[in-house]
Amino acid sequence: MSGGHDEHGHHHREPESVLSLRVRALESLLVEKKLVSSEAVDRIVSAYEQDIGPHNGAKVVARAWVDPAYRARLLADGTAAIEELGFGGVDLQVVENTPGVHNMVVCTLCSCYPHALIGLPPVWYKSFEYRSRAVREPRVVLREFGVDLPESTEIRIWDSSAELRYLVLPERPAGTERLNEADLAKLVTRDAMIGVAVVKPPAGASH
Amino acid sequence: MQHIFNIDESRHAIERMAPVDYLGSSYYERWLDRNIRLLVEKGVITREELERRMAQLAGGTDPATPHSDPKLTARMLRVTKDRTPYRQPGPPPCFALGDRVLTRHDAPVGHTRLPRYARGKPGVIVRVHGTFIFPDTNAHGQGEQPHALYSVRFDAALLWGDSAEPRAPVHIDLWERYLLPDAPARSTS
Repeated sequence: MSGGHDEHGHHHREPESVLSLRVRALESLLVEKKLVSSEAVDRIVSAYEQDIGPHNGAKVVARAWVDPAYRARLLADGTAAIEELGFGGVDLQVVENTPGVHNMVVCTLCSCYPHALIGLPPVWYKSFEYRSRAVREPRVVLREFGVDLPESTEIRIWDSSAELRYLVLPERPAGTERLNEADLAKLVTRDAMIGVAVVKPPAGASH
Repeated sequence: MQHIFNIDESRHAIERMAPVDYLGSSYYERWLDRNIRLLVEKGVITREELERRMAQLAGGTDPATPHSDPKLTARMLRVTKDRTPYRQPGPPPCFALGDRVLTRHDAPVGHTRLPRYARGKPGVIVRVHGTFIFPDTNAHGQGEQPHALYSVRFDAALLWGDSAEPRAPVHIDLWERYLLPDAPARSTS
Protein backbone atom coordinates (compact mmCIF):
# COMPACT_ATOMS: atom_id res chain seq x y z
CA MET A 1 0.00 0.00 0.00
CA SER A 2 2.79 2.33 0.96
CA GLY A 3 4.82 2.36 -2.22
CA GLY A 4 3.69 3.85 -5.48
CA HIS A 5 0.62 5.50 -4.13
CA ASP A 6 1.78 9.05 -4.64
CA GLU A 7 2.87 8.25 -8.15
CA HIS A 8 -0.57 8.31 -9.71
CA GLY A 9 -0.37 10.20 -12.94
CA HIS A 10 3.40 10.50 -12.86
CA HIS A 11 4.19 7.62 -15.15
CA HIS A 12 4.13 9.41 -18.45
CA ARG A 13 7.80 8.87 -19.34
CA GLU A 14 9.34 5.66 -18.04
CA PRO A 15 7.38 2.45 -18.42
CA GLU A 16 5.84 1.47 -15.09
CA SER A 17 7.57 -1.38 -13.26
CA VAL A 18 5.71 -4.62 -12.59
CA LEU A 19 6.16 -3.95 -8.90
CA SER A 20 4.50 -0.54 -9.04
CA LEU A 21 1.71 -1.95 -11.17
CA ARG A 22 1.16 -4.75 -8.66
CA VAL A 23 0.93 -2.28 -5.77
CA ARG A 24 -1.59 -0.15 -7.66
CA ALA A 25 -3.59 -3.23 -8.72
CA LEU A 26 -3.79 -4.42 -5.12
CA GLU A 27 -4.96 -1.02 -3.92
CA SER A 28 -7.50 -0.83 -6.76
CA LEU A 29 -8.94 -4.25 -5.83
CA LEU A 30 -9.16 -3.37 -2.14
CA VAL A 31 -10.81 -0.04 -2.93
CA GLU A 32 -13.30 -1.84 -5.18
CA LYS A 33 -14.11 -4.27 -2.37
CA LYS A 34 -14.45 -1.31 0.00
CA LEU A 35 -11.75 -2.70 2.30
CA VAL A 36 -9.65 0.44 2.01
CA SER A 37 -10.23 3.89 0.64
CA SER A 38 -7.59 5.88 -1.19
CA GLU A 39 -8.32 8.70 1.21
CA ALA A 40 -7.41 6.52 4.21
CA VAL A 41 -4.17 5.42 2.50
CA ASP A 42 -3.28 9.04 1.68
CA ARG A 43 -3.94 10.16 5.23
CA ILE A 44 -1.75 7.43 6.71
CA VAL A 45 1.05 8.18 4.26
CA SER A 46 0.89 11.87 5.08
CA ALA A 47 0.82 11.13 8.83
CA TYR A 48 4.09 9.22 8.44
CA GLU A 49 5.55 11.89 6.18
CA GLN A 50 4.64 14.88 8.33
CA ASP A 51 3.52 14.12 11.87
CA ILE A 52 5.42 11.01 12.85
CA GLY A 53 9.20 11.28 13.03
CA PRO A 54 12.26 11.60 15.28
CA HIS A 55 11.10 15.03 16.46
CA ASN A 56 8.51 13.19 18.59
CA GLY A 57 11.07 11.01 20.34
CA ALA A 58 13.35 14.03 20.75
CA LYS A 59 10.62 15.80 22.74
CA VAL A 60 10.39 12.81 25.07
CA VAL A 61 14.17 12.74 25.56
CA ALA A 62 14.43 16.48 26.19
CA ARG A 63 11.62 16.34 28.74
CA ALA A 64 13.39 13.51 30.56
CA TRP A 65 16.61 15.57 30.62
CA VAL A 66 15.02 18.61 32.22
CA ASP A 67 12.50 16.90 34.49
CA PRO A 68 13.89 14.16 36.79
CA ALA A 69 10.41 13.09 37.90
CA TYR A 70 9.36 12.64 34.27
CA ARG A 71 12.57 10.71 33.60
CA ALA A 72 11.71 8.33 36.46
CA ARG A 73 8.18 7.81 35.12
CA LEU A 74 9.52 7.27 31.60
CA LEU A 75 11.91 4.54 32.75
CA ALA A 76 9.27 2.88 34.93
CA ASP A 77 6.42 2.92 32.36
CA GLY A 78 7.38 4.32 28.97
CA THR A 79 3.94 3.76 27.47
CA ALA A 80 2.17 5.87 30.10
CA ALA A 81 4.89 8.54 30.14
CA ILE A 82 4.75 9.25 26.40
CA GLU A 83 0.96 9.49 26.63
CA GLU A 84 1.52 12.47 28.93
CA LEU A 85 3.10 14.21 25.92
CA GLY A 86 0.34 13.09 23.55
CA PHE A 87 2.15 10.17 21.93
CA GLY A 88 0.88 6.60 21.61
CA GLY A 89 0.53 3.72 19.21
CA VAL A 90 3.40 1.86 20.82
CA ASP A 91 4.04 -0.17 23.97
CA LEU A 92 7.34 1.35 24.99
CA GLN A 93 10.35 0.34 27.03
CA VAL A 94 12.94 3.09 27.55
CA VAL A 95 16.55 2.17 28.35
CA GLU A 96 18.89 4.79 29.74
CA ASN A 97 22.50 5.46 28.82
CA THR A 98 24.73 6.32 31.78
CA PRO A 99 28.51 6.93 32.00
CA GLY A 100 29.24 3.17 32.22
CA VAL A 101 26.35 1.80 30.15
CA HIS A 102 25.43 2.24 26.49
CA ASN A 103 22.23 0.75 25.04
CA MET A 104 21.65 -0.27 21.45
CA VAL A 105 18.45 -1.55 19.81
CA VAL A 106 17.99 -4.14 17.06
CA CYS A 107 15.32 -6.54 15.85
CA THR A 108 17.07 -9.69 14.64
CA LEU A 109 13.84 -11.46 13.63
CA CYS A 110 12.29 -8.72 11.49
CA SER A 111 12.62 -4.96 11.87
CA CYS A 112 10.56 -3.95 14.93
CA TYR A 113 11.03 -0.26 15.56
CA PRO A 114 9.25 2.46 17.60
CA HIS A 115 7.67 4.14 14.56
CA ALA A 116 5.33 6.31 16.60
CA LEU A 117 8.29 8.08 18.18
CA ILE A 118 11.02 8.05 15.55
CA GLY A 119 9.21 7.51 12.23
CA LEU A 120 10.03 5.00 9.54
CA PRO A 121 13.19 2.94 10.05
CA PRO A 122 16.32 3.69 8.03
CA VAL A 123 17.31 1.11 5.42
CA TRP A 124 20.35 -0.03 7.39
CA TYR A 125 18.18 -0.87 10.43
CA LYS A 126 16.25 -3.36 8.24
CA SER A 127 19.38 -4.81 6.59
CA PHE A 128 20.49 -8.39 7.22
CA GLU A 129 23.89 -7.01 8.10
CA TYR A 130 22.76 -4.79 10.99
CA ARG A 131 20.24 -7.36 12.21
CA SER A 132 22.85 -10.10 12.42
CA ARG A 133 25.90 -8.10 13.50
CA ALA A 134 24.41 -5.81 16.16
CA VAL A 135 23.98 -8.72 18.58
CA ARG A 136 27.22 -10.43 17.67
CA GLU A 137 29.79 -7.62 17.41
CA PRO A 138 28.15 -4.46 18.73
CA ARG A 139 31.44 -2.67 19.44
CA VAL A 140 32.61 -3.13 15.87
CA VAL A 141 29.23 -1.97 14.53
CA LEU A 142 29.23 1.07 16.83
CA ARG A 143 32.74 2.02 15.68
CA GLU A 144 31.50 1.90 12.09
CA PHE A 145 28.83 4.40 13.17
CA GLY A 146 31.60 6.55 14.66
CA VAL A 147 30.94 5.65 18.29
CA ASP A 148 34.09 4.42 19.99
CA LEU A 149 33.32 3.44 23.56
CA PRO A 150 35.90 2.45 26.18
CA GLU A 151 36.27 -1.26 26.90
CA SER A 152 34.98 -0.60 30.40
CA THR A 153 31.58 0.57 29.08
CA GLU A 154 28.95 -2.14 29.09
CA ILE A 155 27.01 -2.30 25.84
CA ARG A 156 23.50 -3.59 26.38
CA ILE A 157 21.86 -4.88 23.24
CA TRP A 158 18.06 -5.07 23.16
CA ASP A 159 16.70 -7.49 20.57
CA SER A 160 13.07 -6.37 20.29
CA SER A 161 11.40 -9.70 19.70
CA ALA A 162 7.93 -8.91 21.13
CA GLU A 163 5.23 -6.26 20.83
CA LEU A 164 7.28 -3.87 22.93
CA ARG A 165 9.45 -1.25 21.34
CA TYR A 166 12.72 0.09 22.66
CA LEU A 167 13.88 3.68 22.80
CA VAL A 168 17.31 4.69 24.06
CA LEU A 169 17.44 7.67 26.41
CA PRO A 170 20.82 9.13 25.46
CA GLU A 171 23.08 10.99 27.88
CA ARG A 172 22.60 14.73 27.95
CA PRO A 173 25.79 16.23 26.53
CA ALA A 174 28.02 18.42 28.66
CA GLY A 175 27.82 22.15 28.08
CA THR A 176 24.05 22.20 27.59
CA GLU A 177 23.09 23.38 31.08
CA ARG A 178 21.72 26.67 29.77
CA LEU A 179 19.67 25.22 26.92
CA ASN A 180 15.91 25.07 27.29
CA GLU A 181 13.82 21.99 26.55
CA ALA A 182 13.03 22.96 22.95
CA ASP A 183 16.68 23.64 22.12
CA LEU A 184 17.75 20.39 23.79
CA ALA A 185 15.24 18.48 21.65
CA LYS A 186 16.94 19.84 18.52
CA LEU A 187 20.18 18.07 19.52
CA VAL A 188 18.58 14.63 19.77
CA THR A 189 18.93 12.46 16.67
CA ARG A 190 17.12 9.36 15.46
CA ASP A 191 20.37 7.38 15.60
CA ALA A 192 20.97 8.40 19.22
CA MET A 193 17.53 7.03 20.13
CA ILE A 194 18.36 3.71 18.38
CA GLY A 195 21.68 3.70 20.23
CA VAL A 196 24.11 3.90 17.32
CA ALA A 197 25.10 7.51 18.08
CA VAL A 198 25.65 9.73 21.07
CA VAL A 199 24.14 13.20 21.33
CA LYS A 200 26.74 15.83 20.57
CA PRO A 201 26.85 19.20 22.31
CA PRO A 202 25.94 22.19 20.16
CA ALA A 203 28.80 23.87 18.32
CA GLY A 204 30.57 26.30 20.63
CA ALA A 205 29.46 24.66 23.88
CA SER A 206 32.25 24.38 26.42
CA HIS A 207 33.06 20.96 27.86
CA MET B 1 -7.33 -2.94 10.19
CA GLN B 2 -10.20 -4.95 8.76
CA HIS B 3 -9.19 -7.91 10.96
CA ILE B 4 -8.48 -10.11 7.95
CA PHE B 5 -5.13 -11.21 9.36
CA ASN B 6 -3.20 -10.49 12.55
CA ILE B 7 0.38 -9.32 13.06
CA ASP B 8 1.70 -12.81 13.80
CA GLU B 9 0.10 -14.37 10.71
CA SER B 10 1.60 -11.47 8.86
CA ARG B 11 5.15 -12.12 10.12
CA HIS B 12 4.75 -15.82 9.45
CA ALA B 13 3.61 -15.06 5.89
CA ILE B 14 6.91 -13.30 5.25
CA GLU B 15 8.77 -16.24 6.79
CA ARG B 16 7.01 -18.51 4.30
CA MET B 17 8.47 -16.72 1.27
CA ALA B 18 10.84 -18.88 -0.77
CA PRO B 19 14.28 -18.14 0.72
CA VAL B 20 15.72 -16.95 -2.58
CA ASP B 21 12.79 -14.53 -3.07
CA TYR B 22 13.09 -13.36 0.53
CA LEU B 23 16.79 -12.60 0.18
CA GLY B 24 16.30 -10.90 -3.17
CA SER B 25 13.45 -8.64 -2.04
CA SER B 26 13.51 -5.26 -0.39
CA TYR B 27 11.68 -4.67 2.87
CA TYR B 28 8.53 -3.29 1.25
CA GLU B 29 8.59 -5.91 -1.51
CA ARG B 30 8.32 -8.47 1.29
CA TRP B 31 5.35 -6.56 2.71
CA LEU B 32 3.68 -6.62 -0.68
CA ASP B 33 4.31 -10.35 -1.08
CA ARG B 34 2.91 -10.89 2.43
CA ASN B 35 -0.22 -8.84 1.77
CA ILE B 36 -0.99 -10.60 -1.49
CA ARG B 37 -0.23 -14.04 -0.03
CA LEU B 38 -2.54 -13.57 2.95
CA LEU B 39 -5.36 -11.88 1.03
CA VAL B 40 -5.32 -14.79 -1.43
CA GLU B 41 -5.21 -17.40 1.35
CA LYS B 42 -8.05 -15.69 3.21
CA GLY B 43 -10.14 -15.62 0.04
CA VAL B 44 -10.30 -11.82 -0.25
CA ILE B 45 -8.68 -11.67 -3.69
CA THR B 46 -7.43 -14.19 -6.24
CA ARG B 47 -4.13 -14.13 -8.10
CA GLU B 48 -6.02 -14.14 -11.41
CA GLU B 49 -8.00 -11.10 -10.33
CA LEU B 50 -4.76 -9.31 -9.47
CA GLU B 51 -3.19 -10.17 -12.84
CA ARG B 52 -6.29 -8.91 -14.67
CA ARG B 53 -6.28 -5.68 -12.68
CA MET B 54 -2.58 -5.14 -13.46
CA ALA B 55 -3.34 -5.52 -17.17
CA GLN B 56 -6.24 -3.06 -16.91
CA LEU B 57 -4.11 -0.49 -15.10
CA ALA B 58 -1.29 -0.94 -17.63
CA GLY B 59 -3.87 -0.19 -20.30
CA GLY B 60 -4.65 3.09 -18.58
CA THR B 61 -7.98 2.38 -16.87
CA ASP B 62 -8.77 1.82 -13.21
CA PRO B 63 -12.20 0.21 -12.92
CA ALA B 64 -12.41 0.80 -9.15
CA THR B 65 -14.80 3.55 -8.09
CA PRO B 66 -13.27 5.74 -5.39
CA HIS B 67 -15.31 5.99 -2.22
CA SER B 68 -14.98 7.82 1.03
CA ASP B 69 -14.91 5.98 4.36
CA PRO B 70 -14.26 8.51 7.13
CA LYS B 71 -14.73 5.88 9.83
CA LEU B 72 -12.01 3.71 8.33
CA THR B 73 -9.69 6.71 7.98
CA ALA B 74 -10.28 7.66 11.60
CA ARG B 75 -9.69 4.07 12.74
CA MET B 76 -6.44 3.82 10.82
CA LEU B 77 -5.17 7.11 12.21
CA ARG B 78 -6.11 6.07 15.74
CA VAL B 79 -3.73 3.12 15.45
CA THR B 80 -0.86 5.63 15.41
CA LYS B 81 -2.08 7.10 18.73
CA ASP B 82 -3.91 4.45 20.73
CA ARG B 83 -2.49 1.83 23.05
CA THR B 84 -1.54 -1.35 21.22
CA PRO B 85 -3.84 -4.40 21.61
CA TYR B 86 -1.15 -6.99 22.34
CA ARG B 87 -1.08 -6.69 26.13
CA GLN B 88 -3.98 -8.86 27.33
CA PRO B 89 -4.93 -10.37 30.69
CA GLY B 90 -3.32 -13.74 31.38
CA PRO B 91 -2.14 -16.04 34.17
CA PRO B 92 0.37 -14.62 36.68
CA PRO B 93 4.07 -15.00 35.81
CA CYS B 94 5.98 -18.03 37.16
CA PHE B 95 9.37 -16.30 37.11
CA ALA B 96 10.56 -13.22 38.98
CA LEU B 97 13.29 -10.65 38.62
CA GLY B 98 16.71 -12.29 38.99
CA ASP B 99 15.53 -15.83 38.24
CA ARG B 100 17.86 -17.98 36.17
CA VAL B 101 16.20 -19.58 33.17
CA LEU B 102 17.13 -21.82 30.28
CA THR B 103 15.56 -21.28 26.87
CA ARG B 104 14.00 -24.29 25.22
CA HIS B 105 15.95 -25.97 22.46
CA ASP B 106 13.04 -26.50 20.09
CA ALA B 107 12.96 -26.22 16.32
CA PRO B 108 9.30 -25.36 15.74
CA VAL B 109 7.89 -25.79 12.24
CA GLY B 110 5.75 -22.65 12.46
CA HIS B 111 6.19 -19.11 13.73
CA THR B 112 8.14 -18.34 16.87
CA ARG B 113 9.78 -15.27 18.43
CA LEU B 114 12.56 -17.19 20.15
CA PRO B 115 15.55 -16.43 17.94
CA ARG B 116 17.62 -19.43 16.88
CA TYR B 117 20.82 -17.92 18.34
CA ALA B 118 19.26 -17.96 21.80
CA ARG B 119 17.85 -21.50 21.95
CA GLY B 120 19.08 -23.79 24.70
CA LYS B 121 20.87 -20.87 26.38
CA PRO B 122 20.96 -19.83 30.05
CA GLY B 123 19.86 -16.31 30.94
CA VAL B 124 18.54 -14.14 33.75
CA ILE B 125 15.16 -12.41 34.05
CA VAL B 126 15.78 -8.67 34.17
CA ARG B 127 12.22 -7.44 33.72
CA VAL B 128 8.71 -8.87 33.98
CA HIS B 129 6.71 -7.08 31.29
CA GLY B 130 3.20 -8.41 31.97
CA THR B 131 1.09 -10.73 29.83
CA PHE B 132 1.07 -10.52 26.04
CA ILE B 133 -0.60 -12.37 23.16
CA PHE B 134 1.51 -15.42 22.25
CA PRO B 135 2.73 -15.21 18.62
CA ASP B 136 3.38 -18.94 18.28
CA THR B 137 -0.33 -19.74 18.62
CA ASN B 138 -1.77 -16.48 17.28
CA ALA B 139 0.06 -16.98 13.97
CA HIS B 140 -1.65 -20.30 13.42
CA GLY B 141 -5.28 -19.76 14.33
CA GLN B 142 -4.75 -21.34 17.76
CA GLY B 143 -5.85 -18.34 19.77
CA GLU B 144 -4.15 -15.46 21.51
CA GLN B 145 -3.20 -17.40 24.68
CA PRO B 146 -1.73 -14.35 26.44
CA HIS B 147 0.87 -15.14 29.10
CA ALA B 148 3.93 -13.70 30.79
CA LEU B 149 6.60 -11.92 28.77
CA TYR B 150 10.04 -11.25 30.22
CA SER B 151 13.19 -9.45 29.28
CA VAL B 152 15.95 -12.05 29.55
CA ARG B 153 19.61 -11.12 29.71
CA PHE B 154 22.22 -13.39 28.09
CA ASP B 155 25.97 -13.12 28.55
CA ALA B 156 27.64 -12.63 25.19
CA ALA B 157 30.14 -15.44 25.86
CA LEU B 158 27.31 -17.94 26.36
CA LEU B 159 25.82 -16.97 22.99
CA TRP B 160 28.93 -16.51 20.86
CA GLY B 161 31.70 -18.40 22.65
CA ASP B 162 35.30 -17.24 22.47
CA SER B 163 34.63 -14.64 19.78
CA ALA B 164 32.18 -12.74 21.99
CA GLU B 165 32.94 -9.11 22.75
CA PRO B 166 33.48 -8.27 26.43
CA ARG B 167 30.65 -6.62 28.40
CA ALA B 168 28.07 -6.86 25.62
CA PRO B 169 25.06 -8.74 27.03
CA VAL B 170 22.05 -9.30 24.77
CA HIS B 171 18.51 -8.83 26.10
CA ILE B 172 15.60 -10.58 24.41
CA ASP B 173 11.88 -10.33 25.16
CA LEU B 174 10.72 -13.92 25.64
CA TRP B 175 7.45 -15.57 26.56
CA GLU B 176 7.28 -17.91 29.52
CA ARG B 177 6.61 -20.95 27.31
CA TYR B 178 10.08 -20.50 25.80
CA LEU B 179 11.66 -20.78 29.23
CA LEU B 180 12.58 -23.49 31.73
CA PRO B 181 13.82 -22.93 35.28
CA ASP B 182 17.60 -23.20 35.52
CA ALA B 183 19.65 -24.12 38.57
CA PRO B 184 20.80 -22.65 40.82
CA ALA B 185 17.44 -21.35 41.92
CA ARG B 186 17.17 -17.74 42.96
CA SER B 187 17.74 -17.15 46.64
CA THR B 188 14.41 -16.59 48.34
CA SER B 189 15.79 -14.55 51.20
